[in-house]
Amino acid sequence: MNSAIQVIPLEWYLLLCTVLFTIGVLGVLFRRNAIIIFMSIELMLNAVNLLLVAFSSFLSDSKGQVFVFFIMAVAAAEVAVGLAILMMVYRNTNSSDINVLNKLKW
Amino acid sequence: MVTTYLFYFLSFLAIMFGLMVVLSKNPIHSVLYLVLCFFTIAGHYVLLNAQFLAVVHVIVYSGAIMVLFLFVIMLLNLNKETEPHKSIWLKGSAAIAAGSLLLVMVGSLKGATTIQSTNAFNPNIGLIENLGTTLFKDFLLPFEVSSILLLAAMVGAVMLGKKSIK
Repeated sequence: MNSAIQVIPLEWYLLLCTVLFTIGVLGVLFRRNAIIIFMSIELMLNAVNLLLVAFSSFLSDSKGQVFVFFIMAVAAAEVAVGLAILMMVYRNTNSSDINVLNKLKW
Repeated sequence: MVTTYLFYFLSFLAIMFGLMVVLSKNPIHSVLYLVLCFFTIAGHYVLLNAQFLAVVHVIVYSGAIMVLFLFVIMLLNLNKETEPHKSIWLKGSAAIAAGSLLLVMVGSLKGATTIQSTNAFNPNIGLIENLGTTLFKDFLLPFEVSSILLLAAMVGAVMLGKKSIK
């Protein structure tokens, strides 16, 4: 079986990752639940990861795949701290609604 | 031929599950759809000859991060369908904003010229041997710095999770 990059044009991967990234942006704008917003951010990170792997496979260069490792490490750190902040917010306001957190608005 | 069909199938599933993450009412369902979406992305990695990355992706994302999400949702007792929703106007404007972003990005991709690969195709770059060589030869300093980042994140999470900060 051939590698996908030999039979699929690179534009299809660009298109797929753009659509996935836009779905993540839509989730951030669309929902008020902070956990869903976090998950949408994960979706955006994964769209970028997929594109990095596609380009790495296209150029036959393993540096792109090493970058994906670093993105995974940063995502894990982000999720750990973000969910701890979310627990703190829930303990203080008793909801995960981001519209409650408008103290910094002018 | 099989690869092409698999690509279309996995892409369709990834986009559908991604939409279900955003649109499903129950947060638990959103998490489960996101796990399925990550599995389809792992399938894409396998198709792209990045086997080790596919395994790491399943372990880290589906295994660790999403379990953490499920844990927090169950701790916060959010598994009910009474969460607040935005008004219909805000939802409509969010959909329009995201749609225009998609339009702009696809439009900018349409005018782009395709680059030519200078390297000969090598199916073995996704194997652990090549990845390890690159990681420890070219990216040794970022590797060490990311360990400090993980340590800082761990300390921060424990600090934030404490009942009262003195």
